[in-house]
Amino acid sequence: MSAVMTEAASTAAPLHQPSPGLWTLAWRRLKRDRVGMVALVIVVFFLLLMAGSYTGLVAKNWSKEVGVSYANPSFMAGAENLEGSKSAAADPQANVPYVDLSDIDPLAPRYKEWEERTAKIKITETPRAETLPFGGDKWGRDVILKAVKGAETSIFVGLVAAFLATVIGTVLGALSGYLGGRIGDALEWFYNVFTSIPYILLILAFAAVFGSSPALAEYKGVGMVVAILALTGWTGIYRLVRAEYIKHASREYVKAAQAIGASHQRRMFVHILPNVSHVCLVQLSQHVVQFIKAEVILSFLGLGVPVDSVSWGTMLAEAQAELVIGKWWQLAAAGLSMAVLVTAFSMLTDSLRDALDPKIK
Amino acid sequence: MLAYVIRRLWQMIPTLAGVMLLIFFLFNWVGGDPALVLSGKITNKEQIENIRKQLGVDQPYYKQLGYFAFEVANGFTCTYRSYVDADGARAKLRAEGKPAPCQAVRSWATNEEVPKILVTRIGPTLTIMLPVLVLETILGVILAIGVAYVRGTLTDRMIMMVCTVAMSISFLVYIIVAQYYFGFKWGMFPVQGWTGNFWKDLTTYAPLPIMLAIFVGLAPALRLYRSFFLDEINHDYVRTARAKGVAEKVVMLKHVLRNAMIPILTNVGIALPGIFVGSFLLETFFSIPGLGREILVAVNRSDFPVIKAATVYLAMITMIINLLVDVMYKVVDPRVTFK
Repeated sequence: MSAVMTEAASTAAPLHQPSPGLWTLAWRRLKRDRVGMVALVIVVFFLLLMAGSYTGLVAKNWSKEVGVSYANPSFMAGAENLEGSKSAAADPQANVPYVDLSDIDPLAPRYKEWEERTAKIKITETPRAETLPFGGDKWGRDVILKAVKGAETSIFVGLVAAFLATVIGTVLGALSGYLGGRIGDALEWFYNVFTSIPYILLILAFAAVFGSSPALAEYKGVGMVVAILALTGWTGIYRLVRAEYIKHASREYVKAAQAIGASHQRRMFVHILPNVSHVCLVQLSQHVVQFIKAEVILSFLGLGVPVDSVSWGTMLAEAQAELVIGKWWQLAAAGLSMAVLVTAFSMLTDSLRDALDPKIK
Repeated sequence: MLAYVIRRLWQMIPTLAGVMLLIFFLFNWVGGDPALVLSGKITNKEQIENIRKQLGVDQPYYKQLGYFAFEVANGFTCTYRSYVDADGARAKLRAEGKPAPCQAVRSWATNEEVPKILVTRIGPTLTIMLPVLVLETILGVILAIGVAYVRGTLTDRMIMMVCTVAMSISFLVYIIVAQYYFGFKWGMFPVQGWTGNFWKDLTTYAPLPIMLAIFVGLAPALRLYRSFFLDEINHDYVRTARAKGVAEKVVMLKHVLRNAMIPILTNVGIALPGIFVGSFLLETFFSIPGLGREILVAVNRSDFPVIKAATVYLAMITMIINLLVDVMYKVVDPRVTFK
């Protein structure tokens, strides 16, 4: 035994190369996966877009009403736009015939003073564009900028909720799988309770309660959607992490850690966690996709982000009514950007799983 | 077998108690004072106190939990307050020689009886969801076996690619576009509606939502079933069958299909409780008076009794169906033994 080991050591020693770890190997495998790399680039692009929109670098003026109502996309410049021409047609007061009421109006003596005061106020009228690159919404806002802003909300909710759900699932899974016993039983009971209620119903019940709770009224909005998704979505991660911890708890390296006096927490989160972290990462990635889809549906139904902020879901809700009058661009912008991101993210998830766990194929 | 079923039923009790605790905690504690939710803009203290008394929320929490358990046990057909006749209304009726039935729990929004709401809404939901589940499974299996047959080819990869993209588009976009084109623009189907006449609904109003649900559900089903078939193909018995000269078609249809049906049926079993909730999105868009839409409306109106009842009973149905699916395993796969 010792002879073999010294032989192996002697051949490896001159190279001075530490053997690559799990993450290095996974990264190498991912780099070779062309589809995975393309997906990664797209996902990073969306994340940068989100960061840019959050800091105000991109789509800062998304709420500016730059075009006429339902401005046509610039590639459809000639198309008729009844709604737009209506809103562009000067102010409606111009058509009201002027009636002289000064002899009966008690405020008549003040007319002159008011006219002078109004004359002092400068009014600049910005011309509204007839066309926008990808069309405008009802208020003449640029749909592309709106989609970017919507991406910020939707991706933010997806990322944060998935992160929180992964943390909850991992911590509970670690406790249940590693400690077992009474705590494990209690957590299993908790898990059974959550999974015996159909998932959609669980989300709706949480949404109903959080929405009407006076104590939580001030947190309404993005934070509440994140909380609802995270509190209902941890179960799948819990299940997998628990199974991993049960497997690892009896491994030799954990026993060795125990022998040198590592505490339970240390064994759980310093020794075992790095060895199951690839499971967590794949689950995180999968849940981001799932939660982005869920956020879009919740916001569409009015249970998600508040009316004044924009997400892909609220855009789709507006687009539903617009489609009937032939304005399809908002639907296309929100639907397409979401489809691209979700496709890229799911492919990245698949590639990540292949890269991290080459045994499963 | 019988011992197994009894033990499983016994194990359901703590889970069911947990579900009730969770719902009670959410709606009676996190959800704020139900009386304030119900009274809305009424500020009259006396009136609010009256509502609290009627709902029983002036009592301590453990008593409220007891009332809730009592209502769950009798199917929300009799409130505890009415059962013990707290306001004397039933005693009065009885004194007059009239029948004095127990008052059911009522919706806060419409004052309809909750059990009646649930029973009348389940029909339309099943009218949509049962055909969806059956057709989706059959189509999924047929297509998946086809794709597994040509595994590894360009066709296979293209189909998988299309599935990934199709799954990425929001269900909302599919519904909005389909309703616009098939219903509004081309007039092939009614845009929305429901009559209550089973055959008319199934032939006129249901086809578009059913087709949409199948179309959307097919991509994930196809991907999953294909992976089940591919798992089976690598087994020894398949190699043996090929080695003894069985045709590839027979191998797929006779050997592989039968074994792949086990995980497929498991999957159908997991999806089965979901058909009772229905697709609340489809029901909302096509204004189908089903359970999903009812729950959604209740959520928007903070109509807690309806949500509570629906959640508890759907959790029960889920548990029972899961047990039935586990028992069915034994029937489908004789190798399974109950622990």
